Amino acid sequence: MEERRQIVGQSPPRKEGAAKVTGRAQYVDDLTLPGMWYGATVRSTIPRGRIVSIAFDPAIPWHEFTIVSAADIPGENTIIHLTRDQPCLASTRVNHAAEPILLLAHPNRSALPAAVAAVQITYEELPAVFTIEDSESQKEIIWGEGETANIFKTFLLQKNQQPIPEEVWQVADFIVEGEYRTGAQEQLYIENNGVIAEYSAEDGVIVRGSMQCPYYVVEALEHVFNLPAEKCRVIQTETGGAFGGKEDFPSVIGSHAALLAMKSGHPVKLCYDRAEDMAATTKRHPSRTRIRTAVSRDGKLLAGEIDFVIDGGAYVTLSPVVLSRGTIHAPGPYNWPYLTVHAKAIATNIPPHGAFRGFGAPQSIFAIERHMDKIARTIGLTPEELRRRNFLSTGDYTATGQLLSDRVDLDRLLTRALKESNYEAKRAQFAKENPHSPIKRGIGLASFFHGAGFTGSGERRLASVVTIELTPTGQPRILVSSTEFGQGTNTILCQIAAETLHLPYDDVLIARPDTALVPNSGPTVASRTAMVVGKLVERAAQKLLDTLIHSGHLPESFTAEDFRRAAMLYLAQHGELRVTIEYEPATKIFWDDERFSGDAYPAYAWAVYVAEVAVDTASYTAQVTNFHAVQEVGRVLNPTLATGQIEGGIAQAIGYALYEKCLWQNGTLANNQMTNYIIPTSADVPPMHVFFEETPSPHGAFGAKGIGELPIDGPAPAILNAIEQATGIAFNQVPLLPEDIYERMTDESAQTDAVVLSPAEAAV
Amino acid sequence: MNITFTINGEEKTVEAPPMKRLLDVLREDLHLSGTKEGCGEGECGACAVIVNGDLVNSCLIPVLQVEGTQITTIEGLAIDQRLHPIQQCFLEEGGAQCGICTPGMILATHHLLQKYPRPTLLQIQEGLSGNLCRCTGYSRIFEAVKTAANVTPVP
Repeated sequence: MEERRQIVGQSPPRKEGAAKVTGRAQYVDDLTLPGMWYGATVRSTIPRGRIVSIAFDPAIPWHEFTIVSAADIPGENTIIHLTRDQPCLASTRVNHAAEPILLLAHPNRSALPAAVAAVQITYEELPAVFTIEDSESQKEIIWGEGETANIFKTFLLQKNQQPIPEEVWQVADFIVEGEYRTGAQEQLYIENNGVIAEYSAEDGVIVRGSMQCPYYVVEALEHVFNLPAEKCRVIQTETGGAFGGKEDFPSVIGSHAALLAMKSGHPVKLCYDRAEDMAATTKRHPSRTRIRTAVSRDGKLLAGEIDFVIDGGAYVTLSPVVLSRGTIHAPGPYNWPYLTVHAKAIATNIPPHGAFRGFGAPQSIFAIERHMDKIARTIGLTPEELRRRNFLSTGDYTATGQLLSDRVDLDRLLTRALKESNYEAKRAQFAKENPHSPIKRGIGLASFFHGAGFTGSGERRLASVVTIELTPTGQPRILVSSTEFGQGTNTILCQIAAETLHLPYDDVLIARPDTALVPNSGPTVASRTAMVVGKLVERAAQKLLDTLIHSGHLPESFTAEDFRRAAMLYLAQHGELRVTIEYEPATKIFWDDERFSGDAYPAYAWAVYVAEVAVDTASYTAQVTNFHAVQEVGRVLNPTLATGQIEGGIAQAIGYALYEKCLWQNGTLANNQMTNYIIPTSADVPPMHVFFEETPSPHGAFGAKGIGELPIDGPAPAILNAIEQATGIAFNQVPLLPEDIYERMTDESAQTDAVVLSPAEAAV
Repeated sequence: MNITFTINGEEKTVEAPPMKRLLDVLREDLHLSGTKEGCGEGECGACAVIVNGDLVNSCLIPVLQVEGTQITTIEGLAIDQRLHPIQQCFLEEGGAQCGICTPGMILATHHLLQKYPRPTLLQIQEGLSGNLCRCTGYSRIFEAVKTAANVTPVP
């Protein structure tokens, strides 16, 4: 064997990087098919009502257009996710603004906006519901009936399946309560949702476009067209950001374009502009969390009761799964003798909320991490000491009853985060300087975890498959449905295969996800690719290598040239070499869906983040001025990509905390443009210091765990904890905009939160 | 109407309505699809190109305004099929993730380094603040720009 050069743990440039930096990478809107038409969508302008009539302004030459309505759907009028409540096209009633009703196609893109505007739809309006509270009140039933009216899903999580004994509340030294809210957030990938569809009676449907989960789109098309899976071919084009926003939504736009292609007889491109993408596609679920905790004088958590509600919007989409992840992460990385989470996803007449990086966890983690600071202040401990006294560690059981058998060392992460950020000195310095400065500065932290892979029995059900084949030129090529959209799928999977095959990184290829060619390796979501798919690639590569060695063509010790020669000999003899591997569930992982207990995730990433802020008392703006992120994510496969992913997540979370507000007026997004939906620019981001502790996990490829979602979880509470130090005001809602800071800072009565209460006063 | 300009060193004449966006002329008439549309209102910088030495958002420029100008797009940056040093640094430092903002970001960097061959961090932050990136959090981009500044000779 040639001198082994480590590839895993190095940072080779991303596989498709040269195409991206030269502008040669082909995104969906860069593609043109022969005879291609363009599509557009006619959408509801009201949040809830019955469709009374649809009229077409005679000023438009409608004979030039293809018009698709629900009546044209050959299969079922539904977008299948977890349920079938969401129509592909609304036919008799609408349940949210921007709901699709008709589809138009025309050979000339510029003819479409006027045509969309010339469709006049009249409605009989019905009262609409826009808030969690109005939905809970059930004054208007907008979804379901009976006891579950307006409720998509509930979960009850109880530690050890036991309710909290009443005496715990009676003997506790402190009872601390709080309410926390988070707003919707737009994924704001820079490339909008878009697809191109083709249709033929013989071959069925082909959809190519920007997406995370090609096989989800296949399933959606099967229902809409009543076609078998093999006649629904889906190809991912280069994808310009996704963050969950291209997990569930491509099923909608993909079905729409395919319907237009079928009826027009032409390939149809349907690419949204920014305003339509923001108004009509999914966002992060808004949430409300109420927490009641019993705590002892020495800072031990005795019991916690958490009431967690997310707003799912008008249809179920992925809300039950988002709720599940939010529920599991709600207790934070702490040891609770007793813990109950009542969780609920409710319906409103807002466009459906969907997947977004973190998937419910940023909401519930925001609540618990703000609440931990409230407890600390109430009982007179520092935030870090309170956390240290309650951290989960190796051998403990999580709230779902999972034994943490892999090493967990949050203490070490906290110590490192405090040291790297110079936390104690900064905190003391700010406390001293703030009374005399118009700029109030603060430092705050959050400790948290994020489960990698699908929740509970999800991976078992997915049963992902990967293939590695030899190309006719003897190069190994990975075939997976796992998509690249910036996170580095192509690169890390090739690194894993190259390391296993003892080949240079450049010698390993990865195929573009095309469901006609690649097996279903599962969706590219849930921080699962490096750990779950990566492990399958490792196993497949090993099997490929074993096959070549056993064939006698490849010696045990070989060079890249030997490998190529052996591969060519094998192909000459056998025609092809394809190795396929299927997921095998870890035998020790068990989850009980009914009782919502067991091993929620095969592995967890752990982190402590520290934020520094400056609040300007003249402009009431809060700025993050420094950021330290310490995390344990198992083996880091590619340090440059991993660091970039953490930094990107922190920036996105800074937006979540301080800038990004979705403003709905009568259920229509009023700020559906980048001019007034503000995300962080290069001038807004602080220096970010990213540190990895590496405890290799037995579950992932070369010890990797999940990383993609972790960094969106912790920054928002860390930032608001820092703002509380800076201002003495406990803000418990994100986004926190200057107007919110102004309102509280100029309200004298709000300032009392800064006072450290005595135990008797503090026991709410 | 006919509009003539020099693009990536080559003189071109296009026939287009005068108010057609330069972005659409580049992508549709000249098939230069490296210039991207992110927002269509001059906020995100994905469509940034260099016109007569200025960094502009091509979604805001009617094509009649570029008559007689010199335009550089991302396709004009690589030299003889080899990556421009800025492209090389973005590739190596992790400055590109999903890649959709990358062409505009690289042109903004090119423009910045013309103005400040050895930019400070603040100059980099301000110089790129018209180009939005949702993936990187900008830090790897800052590293790429600093590295590019160090490998580019001061003119």
